[in-house]
Amino acid sequence: ERSNLAGVRHILLVLSGKGGVGKSTISTELALSLRHSGKKVGILDVDLCGPSIPRMFRVQDNDVHQCDSGWVPVFVDQDKSISLMSIGFLLEKPGDAVVWRGPKKNALIKQFVADVAWGDLDFLIVDTPPGTSDEHISTVEALRPYKPLGAILVTTPQAVSVGDVRRELTFCRKTGLRVLGIVENMSGFVCPHCSECTNIFSKGGGEELAKHAGVPFLGCVPLDPQLSQSLEEGRDFIQEFPKSPAFPALARIAQQILDGTSQRSS
Amino acid sequence: SSSSRDESLRDKRAWIQSRGLPKQKPIEGVKQVVVLASGKGGVGKSTTAVNIALALAANDSTKEVGLLDADIYGPSIPKMMNLKGNPELTPKNLMRPLKNYGIACMSMGFLVEETAPVVWRGLMVMSAVEKLLRQVDWGQLDYLVIDMPPGTGDVQLSVSQNIPISGAVIISTPQDVALLDARKGAEMFRKVHVPVLGLIQNMSVFQCPKCKHETHIFGADGVRDLAETLGLDVIGDVPLHVNIREACDSGQPVVISQPQSDAAKAYLKIAKEIVRRLPVPPA
Repeated sequence: ERSNLAGVRHILLVLSGKGGVGKSTISTELALSLRHSGKKVGILDVDLCGPSIPRMFRVQDNDVHQCDSGWVPVFVDQDKSISLMSIGFLLEKPGDAVVWRGPKKNALIKQFVADVAWGDLDFLIVDTPPGTSDEHISTVEALRPYKPLGAILVTTPQAVSVGDVRRELTFCRKTGLRVLGIVENMSGFVCPHCSECTNIFSKGGGEELAKHAGVPFLGCVPLDPQLSQSLEEGRDFIQEFPKSPAFPALARIAQQILDGTSQRSS
Repeated sequence: SSSSRDESLRDKRAWIQSRGLPKQKPIEGVKQVVVLASGKGGVGKSTTAVNIALALAANDSTKEVGLLDADIYGPSIPKMMNLKGNPELTPKNLMRPLKNYGIACMSMGFLVEETAPVVWRGLMVMSAVEKLLRQVDWGQLDYLVIDMPPGTGDVQLSVSQNIPISGAVIISTPQDVALLDARKGAEMFRKVHVPVLGLIQNMSVFQCPKCKHETHIFGADGVRDLAETLGLDVIGDVPLHVNIREACDSGQPVVISQPQSDAAKAYLKIAKEIVRRLPVPPA
């Protein structure tokens, strides 16, 4: 029997360790960028307590349907080039809290990995919650037989974030997960009025960590109110705001991922 | 006599079921526990917890304040309070909290190496949280501020099942995805019968230091709207100031290092509000 992940060419995880650094944002923008390069992308949201992905595509009210091989992922539009799976679709009301202990979370994650009928995908992006806990251990264990491409680590520049991400790097090393690179998010804010750049959350912490740990640095993404707003409204930032401050960095990250995969197949 | 047999069967079943749950018992010497949570990561729980703990002490120098960092996976308190090192053990084999700026602190960060990840499943986390609560020589505290990790899982459940919590404060940034999770956080406290004192709106607005132009980077007023929906009050509003982050990164939180700043004043005000809303402490 063909496994549900047999048609997925590349699996990559988006990790951090620290909360609120932009994992879901980067997952979403990466998916949109890859879609614009003609790829079919799926996003698996294993953040059971705080599922943000459905909202970022404005499909939070959609339902998940069953088919012969399992759950049918939610398509973002008629195009069917981006599909999603998240616990957000399974909750009765958006305000429902998932207050579960580890074993129950593990059981659902195993189902999310094995029982979603993704079909043929170029990329499956797995968005994770903060920390190094049940969700992460279960996800990595369940994905191991499918040989994930690796993990992208997201951090903000400040010391408390970099500290947590350093721990996440060790987690990757311990579990044999390849680190594709580090993204330094919320790196500087350019005032739309006077163009003065203020490093609200500091600067350079992510780049330094990448150098120190010997992993690729994928780039700095600045704070961009248009990006935050696009996510609130479920819009396609990559398509609609190519002149916005965060666009070049996000496009570059996607390009580096694509270059990495084409290198591998050649 | 069949009814008395049914009743004794019911009682026995209830007794067996309750055996598995931890007994809720107050921590010796600690008068009131205030919990800072959010549901969402990265909204500023630790930053706010540290500054509120300092503000509670600054507003009333007769009060003893403790700070517990319950974020097992990403402990930020040691860095922000400029504390390092392994805790000593008292003759009774309790851990002595590390102190700075007059606040007694305990964190997972003191027990593991800075670069070591804590890759634990839920059960181990439960026992670690119990140790951080009960095996610490807190002494006599008027307030114990607990900084929670993001999420609504094992740690939150363990803390609320283990000790009575006087009140919870939920922090959020204005953006939708944060508010979604804040709402779940509030719902979680309702489920475990912990009173929510109110919401704090963090990172509400950024003022360019050069031209003073204000930008709502993460949206505006979202927290106020949520508060209204949930029937809660907004007990504080903290803007995005570079100095808040800089101060915490250097281990000198803004309430201590820049007490005259707008940011510090915001935290002092929040601390006053919290005290006002807590029930009257036991004598």
